[in-house]
Amino acid sequence: MRFGATRAVKSLSLDVRQGEFFSILGPSGCGKTTLLRLISGFQQPTAGQVLINGTDMAGVPSNMRATAMIFQSLALFPFMRVWENIAFGLEARGVGTAERRREAERLLELIALPGYGNRMPGELSGGQRQRVAIARALAIQPQVLLLDEPLSALDLKLRQHMRAELRDLQKRTGVTFIYITHDQSEALAMSDRVAVMNAGQLQQVGSPQELYSHPATSFVAQFVGENNALMGTVTEVSGGTAVLEGPQGRFAGRAGPGLKPGAKARLYVRPEALSPSREIGENRLKLAIERFDFEGAFATAYAVLQGTGSPQRMSLTISQQGLSDAPAIGAPFTAGFSAEDAIVLSDD
Amino acid sequence: MTEIFDRFGKPLGGIFLGLALLWLAGMVLVPGVFMINASLRPHLPPPLRGGELDVYVLDNFAYLINHVNHGRIFFKTVWSSALVTLATLLLCYPIAFWLAKVARRWQVAVMLVLLLIPYLMNEVLRGLAWYIILAFSGPLNAILIGLGLMDEPVRWYGDGGVVAGMAYAYLLFMLFPIYNAISTLDRAQIDAARDLGASAWRIHRRVVLPHAKVGIATGCVFVFMMAAGSYVAPALLGAPGSRWFTQIVYEWFFEIGNWNRGAAYGVALMAMCLAVVLGLLALFRVNLASAVK
Repeated sequence: MRFGATRAVKSLSLDVRQGEFFSILGPSGCGKTTLLRLISGFQQPTAGQVLINGTDMAGVPSNMRATAMIFQSLALFPFMRVWENIAFGLEARGVGTAERRREAERLLELIALPGYGNRMPGELSGGQRQRVAIARALAIQPQVLLLDEPLSALDLKLRQHMRAELRDLQKRTGVTFIYITHDQSEALAMSDRVAVMNAGQLQQVGSPQELYSHPATSFVAQFVGENNALMGTVTEVSGGTAVLEGPQGRFAGRAGPGLKPGAKARLYVRPEALSPSREIGENRLKLAIERFDFEGAFATAYAVLQGTGSPQRMSLTISQQGLSDAPAIGAPFTAGFSAEDAIVLSDD
Repeated sequence: MTEIFDRFGKPLGGIFLGLALLWLAGMVLVPGVFMINASLRPHLPPPLRGGELDVYVLDNFAYLINHVNHGRIFFKTVWSSALVTLATLLLCYPIAFWLAKVARRWQVAVMLVLLLIPYLMNEVLRGLAWYIILAFSGPLNAILIGLGLMDEPVRWYGDGGVVAGMAYAYLLFMLFPIYNAISTLDRAQIDAARDLGASAWRIHRRVVLPHAKVGIATGCVFVFMMAAGSYVAPALLGAPGSRWFTQIVYEWFFEIGNWNRGAAYGVALMAMCLAVVLGLLALFRVNLASAVK
């Protein structure tokens, strides 16, 4: 079943399916918050439509839509108790006190904060406030929950914990989540599908795996995960494979959408697809390692491309086991990668 | 205290502190003690002062309580000041909310200039302006009759005129604290309440008003104190039947020359105002320190 379609910001169209965790990912100022405000009804589109359950929402105010918003600041009411906060939507609908209390208690159970009803929001921790904000939005039984970077105020550890919790809450309640974030790891970790936006334009919609492995545009390739880029001109495209020639050499990779010979393009290869010491695949790079960043289970090696005029840096992921065999700092070595693991995308 | 020394060093900090204490002593403490002292002594001709008749008595306060009219005027002054406070509050809250959360930047600028210009004149002249507006054959009557809203001109001078004149005179003292308070309210709070389905009335009652409470309390304290102690507006805009208590205090001091009784009247008014203000703050559940901040 189709939840809705929006056309907003710079003419874009996207469908969010009922019951999915959908993220809108993009750098700040890309128009993602505007998009959310259009869906919520805080702003009206100048052109185009927002459909929820197939119904056009034009002229329908935010409180009459089947959406509820979680604000970046959470916007808990500081002068009301936690249970009053949660039951505020019910209060506005004229529900009696006893039933409001009961419903608030039920939701407090759901967010694993039973017995916290009589506290004030100021007495809660960041993560608890977060959950109360979600309970407050769920109280009005929305079909769609709109979340505007709600984790950005939390510290890293808590943020990672809350990701799992949000995801779990979404699966348990079955409510459609539309989640706005500029943090790509957040979007990849939580979402069923992600829409990547840049400068008011929709770049790509897909599952986290699709975005990571099959970026449709250079922007997505650079924004989602780490990537190494090699510049050049496309010399041939055949059978889904493209050949790129540039100052760094001649490389083959999967051809991105709409790629034509003669176009200026970039080849993207993930750090984990670059294999040091062993010559895997059809592409070769002469590198010398500058430094290692140890990150526990793996290390990132930053290397300089040899034999070219401009110094270009590449990063390689080296597993813990591979570290003992890794080339020494400064020693030139040849790294290989297969065309299957690289993608050639035209310059936007 | 140590913060002052830490920030400015011992010598400069000491000077600041000393000046503040001097101001407090000279402007508040000494006159206050003098007033209370005078109010408790009988009014005696100079040769008898310091003699055996010059003892502490409550005669001056008893006179106020037993007087046919003065007690009534005393309470009317307090009541009317409360009315002025309420009128300015009702007038200022919507303006303050509009300025803080609705108006565009240029609208705020224009509105603030319009509100501030009259305050560049002194209070007496502003009172005089209302004296002209409210005159029996003045513009207000002329306009109302011209619009066909009234058949006969009305005598505005009196309690109504005094309350209107004061509400105008003290408007900004109510407006700015409330405006400041509402400006600090996170816009998302209003959006969230609306998103959850709250009506405009509920948003104000449950979200905006609790947040603006301290500002409202501050404005109410300012306006009430100034109204109760006002002299110009009642003198200009009042009628013989609408005397303000401050006018009686003035009479005791400067027309009758009985400073002791005048002091007693002044102390009574001050005590009453203090009680009302503390009552007001208790009602708002705001403490004095945060209200005058």
